[in-house]
Amino acid sequence: MTLRIFVPRDAAARAVGADRVADALVTEAHRLGIVLELVRTGSRGLFWLEPMVELETGGGRLAFGPMDPADVPGLLALGPQAANAHPLCLGRPDDIRFLKRQTRITFARCGVIDPLSLDDYRAHGGYRGLARALFLGPAATIEEVVRSGLRGRGGAGFPTGIKWRTVADTDADRRYIVCNADEGDSGTYADRMLMEGDPFSVIEGMTIAGFAVGAAKGFVYIRSEYPDAIRVMNEAVNIARASGCLGADAAGSGFAFDIEIRVGAGAYVCGEEMSLLESLEGRRGQVRAKPPLPAHKGLFGRPTVINNLLTLACVPAILAEGADRYATLGSGRSRGTMPIQLAGNVRHGGLFETAFGLTLDQIVDDIGGGTANGRPVRAVQVGGPLGAYFPRALFDTKFDYEAFAARDGLLGHGGIVVFDDRVDMAWQARFALDFCAHESCGKCTPCRIGSVRGTETMDRILRGENVDANLALIEDLCQTLKFGSLCALGGFTSYPVMSALRHFPEDFSHPRLAAAAD
Amino acid sequence: MPVAWNEPQAAEIVRRHVGQEGALLPILHDLQATFRCIPLPAVPFVAHALNLTRAEVHGVVSFYRDFRDAPPGRHVLKLCRAEACQAMEGDRIARQILDRFDLDWSGTTPDGRLTIEAVYCLGLCACAPAALLDEAPIGRLNDASPDELAHEVGA
Repeated sequence: MTLRIFVPRDAAARAVGADRVADALVTEAHRLGIVLELVRTGSRGLFWLEPMVELETGGGRLAFGPMDPADVPGLLALGPQAANAHPLCLGRPDDIRFLKRQTRITFARCGVIDPLSLDDYRAHGGYRGLARALFLGPAATIEEVVRSGLRGRGGAGFPTGIKWRTVADTDADRRYIVCNADEGDSGTYADRMLMEGDPFSVIEGMTIAGFAVGAAKGFVYIRSEYPDAIRVMNEAVNIARASGCLGADAAGSGFAFDIEIRVGAGAYVCGEEMSLLESLEGRRGQVRAKPPLPAHKGLFGRPTVINNLLTLACVPAILAEGADRYATLGSGRSRGTMPIQLAGNVRHGGLFETAFGLTLDQIVDDIGGGTANGRPVRAVQVGGPLGAYFPRALFDTKFDYEAFAARDGLLGHGGIVVFDDRVDMAWQARFALDFCAHESCGKCTPCRIGSVRGTETMDRILRGENVDANLALIEDLCQTLKFGSLCALGGFTSYPVMSALRHFPEDFSHPRLAAAAD
Repeated sequence: MPVAWNEPQAAEIVRRHVGQEGALLPILHDLQATFRCIPLPAVPFVAHALNLTRAEVHGVVSFYRDFRDAPPGRHVLKLCRAEACQAMEGDRIARQILDRFDLDWSGTTPDGRLTIEAVYCLGLCACAPAALLDEAPIGRLNDASPDELAHEVGA
């Protein structure tokens, strides 16, 4: 009898030993004479339980974790019938509370299927979205995306269907689809997980977009810091091409669509859409001024749909299940689900896909379980390095675009970084400015110069020099950054800085840098 | 063994990308994969091949942090310094690792064994602090990590 075992190949699972567990499984199975079918899946996203291994039994899969190679002989000795007696048995994966409470639409297959098996993808609902799009036709496909209420998951929250309609309405000889997988925000890893765990959903989403707007070519721009994701996406595109899902007659649709994987080169600013387009064209990743919008004049001067990877990857499910089902989820004008990524000092770090509308305390305390080390949570940063820091007093904020904007914050790409009570918010504010200086593309003055002067001013505050005057200067500088920068890098650096200042003023009042050389 | 700059190999790399839209970054990545850096003569060579100015190519090479002007150590360790890793004492552990090899950021050991660089997010934020040794991800760095890494790179 063959024993089927699932071990993630996700980079974060590998980072905590998944490969060693997989090797131990192969060795031990060989020693026992067991025929083992080892399937390397994506991750379910319960990282405190990684490496999490799943074993196929007569009653479905059972999960075990966190597994160490030393736990493998004990597990295989029990076999599928008695495995539930293993001390690391977590029960059926879908019954684990963290997973059970989620609404997985974008991540429905992640951690379940073999990411590079088209058969597996199809068996779990893959390519039903494209089939329905082909049945509806381009215009009705766009209307379906409009009706779903889907908004850009990269952070800006622009309605996806409207963007598509704008591109479709242009008069052009060529159009492009660009998938932004330059996921540079600290605390976010949803794009990475999906590329490593369900790459065909990205390919199908882009194919639907291409069909809807009349584009024959798509690019996925992946950051170079994600070597595993680059590998899996390249393999997936090759498989899709070899099987006819991409090419002259993409998935039997009668229209041509192909995808090329491109790799970034270590510039955070290339996550900004205008920089990304410059980079794809082979130039310095410097921001272009808008207008013209990419929808009118994007890649190589042609109308371009540029969407975040998560946006494109949930399109197949929206088409397959219908816009109404998606639109019934969510709160206010934030429709559907968002993959929330819990990161940093958090007990239950992982990916939690859920309808918009949970409050921060539900997410951080109830779902995340507070800090990893048991100390009190003092602050969370939501939305990456350009997102605001929230104190406990604002943990009643609802997770939706408008509720966060109303509290001078942003959802960004859905990452939440948890900090305990030892965090020094003045240092965090300084880091935000320093990061901006480090990553500025240099095109506009507020960002290029302001970030450097801001870091110097923060150093003076940290040394206790003219604190009140320098804080006023920081506040003034943040206004200039916010309203004078060309893109979100300079513009949003004010969020972490101003939120730290406003909500944690006590951290700015005591000197802690030696009053030494400037 | 690192491959020394030579035009036939560079020409072969450029040839692979003929007809590709916006080919400069893919060419530079392939050149670096072969020569472990972007050697100085590569700039005029690529400029000529793509009908660009040397200034344009230099501008691109120098804009992106990934492109090096000299080969790094035999191993490259990228340590994450972004917020999620900061929240898990990443700064303290990074300092321990640098001290273990007597390096500062972007430094290479005198024997050419290891280069340590800062990186801002590896997407391993729920397993912080995180690092990338060559292409192998490492999570939950801790006080034992400096010695483990030394063992790993054979130092």
